[in-house]
Formats: sequence, C-alpha cells, structure tokens
Amino acid sequence: MNQMTPNPGKKVYLNQGSETNHTSYTLSEITEAQPCCLPEPHIQVRDLSVSYGEHQVLETVSLDIYKGCITALIGPSGCGKTSFLSSLNRLTDMMPTAQVQGSIRFDGEEILAVKTDTLNLRRRIGMIFQKPNPFPLSIRRNLYLPLKENGIRNRKQLAQKTEKVLREVGLWDEVKDRLDSPALALSGGQQQRLCIARALVLEPEVLLMDEPCSALDAIASAKVEELISSLAGRYTVVIVTHNLAQAKRVANYAGFFWMVEKVGKLIEFGQCDSLFETPESELTAAFVSGVCG
Amino acid sequence: MFRGNIDRLVEPPLRLAGFVCAAILLLILLFLIKEAAPVLTGGGWRLFFADSGWYPMEGLFGILPMLVASLVVMLGAIMIAAPIGLGCAIFLQYYAPPVLAKAFRLLLSLLAGMPSVVLGLWGLTVLVPIIGSWQPPGTSLLAATIVLALMVIPTMALASASALSSVPGSLMNGAAALGLTLRARICYIAITSAGAGIRSAALLSMARAIGETMVVLMVAGNVVQYPSGLFEPVRVLTANIALEMAYATDLHRASLFASGLLLTLIVLALAWLAARSNESSKQYG
Repeated sequence: MNQMTPNPGKKVYLNQGSETNHTSYTLSEITEAQPCCLPEPHIQVRDLSVSYGEHQVLETVSLDIYKGCITALIGPSGCGKTSFLSSLNRLTDMMPTAQVQGSIRFDGEEILAVKTDTLNLRRRIGMIFQKPNPFPLSIRRNLYLPLKENGIRNRKQLAQKTEKVLREVGLWDEVKDRLDSPALALSGGQQQRLCIARALVLEPEVLLMDEPCSALDAIASAKVEELISSLAGRYTVVIVTHNLAQAKRVANYAGFFWMVEKVGKLIEFGQCDSLFETPESELTAAFVSGVCG
Repeated sequence: MFRGNIDRLVEPPLRLAGFVCAAILLLILLFLIKEAAPVLTGGGWRLFFADSGWYPMEGLFGILPMLVASLVVMLGAIMIAAPIGLGCAIFLQYYAPPVLAKAFRLLLSLLAGMPSVVLGLWGLTVLVPIIGSWQPPGTSLLAATIVLALMVIPTMALASASALSSVPGSLMNGAAALGLTLRARICYIAITSAGAGIRSAALLSMARAIGETMVVLMVAGNVVQYPSGLFEPVRVLTANIALEMAYATDLHRASLFASGLLLTLIVLALAWLAARSNESSKQYG
C-alpha cells in the first residue's frame, strides 16, 4: 500500500506525462508519484442543503470533488455526510421525504435538475454502502444483473467483464471456482469487495463509498482499504469514513463536517495533509487531534 | 424485585393460555381419530380409495372423487389468486402513492375478513347464472374455482405485501444505486429475496381454499363425480361433510369424520410447509 502525498506541485503525474518522456523517471519516482490530484473539478457542489420533512440535516455545503482523486468526508455521526453522498447520485429520490436544494454539477451538467436521467447518472456514479449488500443471488448473477440491465447480453463479454472486475478487487482467485454459489455465503470482507466489483463492472467515473470498512474486521478492512487506494487515478472516489487514520492514509482531499445548531455543515475542506496537519478552523484541529467528536 | 414478582404472577396464566391453544389442536385431532375409528380400523380405510364411488346407503364410501375435486378446485383457485394477489402486493408496495396504498391496504383487510357466505351468495346469484347461460347448469367446478379465488386474493395479497415489505432497504437501495430500473429491482431483487415469503403466502391461501366449505357448497353443484370438465358440477370434501352430517349414522358418520381428518392433515401439511418456507426466508434478513 503506497501512501498518498497529495501535493500537486511536487510530483510528476503518470496520467499527465506524455509517452515520450516517461523513460526519464526512475522506478522509485514513478511509484512515489501520485496518479491523481490534477485540480480539475469533476463534481461541483454549491449551496447544497438536504432536509427530511421538517428536519434539516445539511446546510449550504459547497465544495469541489476533483477528478481521479480520493476525497474523504469526516465528522461525527449524524452530521449529514451520508445525505451529502446520497445527493450526488440522487439516491435521495428513494426517500419520499427527502428534499435537496442547491446545485450539483457533474461534468458541467446539473444533477439536481428534474430532467436528469437518474438511471444513467447512477450508472456513471457508483455507490458502496456501509453494510455489504450483495443480492441474494449467485456471485455471477450479482455481476451479470447490472450488465444485462445495461444491455450487455453477449455471454463472452459478460464473462470477460466479470473476470476483469473480480481480478481488480482481488476476489478472482478466491471465487473463480464457485461463481455460481450464493454471494451471501462469502465472508463480510469478500461480500464488500464483491459489491465494489459490482459497482466497477458498469465502468463508472465516480465511486461513492459510505463507510465501506466500518462493518468489517481489521484484516478485511485493510484489504478493502488497499483496494480503495488502488482506485485512485482511475476513478473519482468520495469516501465517508469515521476512521481518521484511514482518511489520512487513503485520501488526497478531505472535508470536515460538524453539527452547528443541530444542522450539518462543512467546516473545512482542503488537501488531506493540510486539513490534518495545519487545519484552519479550531474545530477541525480539535476533531482531528481527538479532543472532540 | 417488584418486576420479578409480576413476572412470576403473570407467567402461569400465560402458560395456561399457550397450553389451551396447543391442546385444542391435539384434542381435535384425537376426537377426529376416535370418531373415524370404525372406518380406520379393520382396513376399512381402504374402501375410501377402492370403492367405486360415494353411495353411503349401499355401504360404498369412495371419497376419491371428492378428494380430487377438492384438490382441483384448490389448485385452480390459487392459480388465479396467486398472480392477481402478487400483482396487488407489488402495486401496493412499489407503485401506489402513499394515500392510495393506505386505502388499498384497508380495502384488502376488509375483503379478507368478509364472511364467505356473502361471496357465495354473489356467486350463486350472479356468477352461476352467467356461466349457466353459456354452459348449463352453471353450478360447476369453474364457479367454485372463481369464487374461491376471489376469496383468497386478499390473503395472498396481504401476505405477499408483508413479505415484500421485509425485503431489506439496503438491497433495494443498492440495486437503485446500480442504475437498475424499478422493474428490474422488483423482478430480480424484491421477488427473489421475498420468494420464500411469497411461497408461504400461496401455501396459506391454499390451506384457506381447501378448508372453505360454504362458498363451494353454494356454487359447485355438489354432484359426486370426478371432475371431468370446467363446467361439470362437483362436490368437494368439506361440502360433503356439511351436507350429510345431519343424518349420517354408523360407518357413514365415521367416514365423514375420516374425511374431516384427512382435510385437517392436508391443511396442517400446507401450514407446516408455509412455516418452513418462512423460516428459510430469514437467512436473507
């Protein structure tokens, strides 16, 4: 697991460097370089407020989520982090009382517009939940179902894509001989990796993760965390986590949420390093040092 | 300490209530077996399946035609009621706006509790003449099947809806987050994970259908014969008991009790299967 040093100015970017001059780097430079953190906003959130009925949980949050980077959202329970995440793929639509206001632009298009094709949006923005939620089907069918619903019927293509994502999440060797056994027979960590594979199989651009490790034991959690780190550069990842050390390890950017007068607010947002090392707000400083929250 | 005392005070009556409940079933079974004993002992039960027909006056007690009629009517009713009931449940759970869903659920509960004789009355005065004008006499297997189906649709719908509502929200949200359409979420996720509950709903509806007496008695025509067509009148086991109990004596009486015992065992078997199906559904919880 290679540690993130999110400092755009210092290192060379693999996805930016042209083919011609890549020979000039030594191997150690390449492994140290971060394949992400071009400050190019992928999702722009402006004045986002979320409420359930009368109860407001999130007020006027504005931040940019950068392409190919891992953005961690930290803060105590109940301060609207999950609601924030669910607004990004319009999963808030599933909750009848949820009201979302403000603006979220994804590749320049307004997500919150009524005419947004939410099915298509959710195929481009995948989501991983706190509790692994594989469907009560076989491992294979868990991956085939989203593909088939997306119009991919060719058996060979289905099998190829399945193998590719299962390899990507490090599950292939563990399950290749029992693809037709129930997904629920897998261990918790395997289930969560299967869920990540299921999200990746649709080749999304963004992955939203809602405390993906909190229901797992330490070893499974470490595996999933490693997997998340490996996604940087290829996917834009937004991860909600209660584990500050984890946020520090995996994230390039971090946002700190806190309850102000019973409403969740974004207190501080910035590069992960600076948020943890030199926070601007006293509240952030207290939270990251463990004094409060 | 006070709480402990209350527990000690409350426990015996509760235990008694539980015991009474269990004892009723056991006593009914024992009673049925005792009354049916004259036919059950001495190999008389074989006559049930060997005799050419049901002619109690001549000492022939072949119940097979009526047993077959009972099973056919039950299966026919569930074949109509299961898809409609499941459709109602899906509408209720996923499509109906909240206000309508509430009203619809109330309506289904009312229908489920409606006295079956009222349905029978409707069947006799409306449905039977319609069928009769097309294929006389009208009182028939078809009439019994339709009226029974109408009777068990609410049961099927409410039990399926409760199975669907227990599908974990995390699964449905997970499916939605993958961009699955509502149709796909229902077909592949909800129905799959509520499958055991839906099966159990169908089994309970079947138990209700085969045990029903009044409705079938009113519209089935009550001719003892193997069902040979949709428009033929048939007599089912329950109706037979109700029709003949008043004047039956000796072996005749005992064979009616034996039919009752058989029905009870069928219903118990269906209920047991339903419970087992529900049990296996809990692994998805």
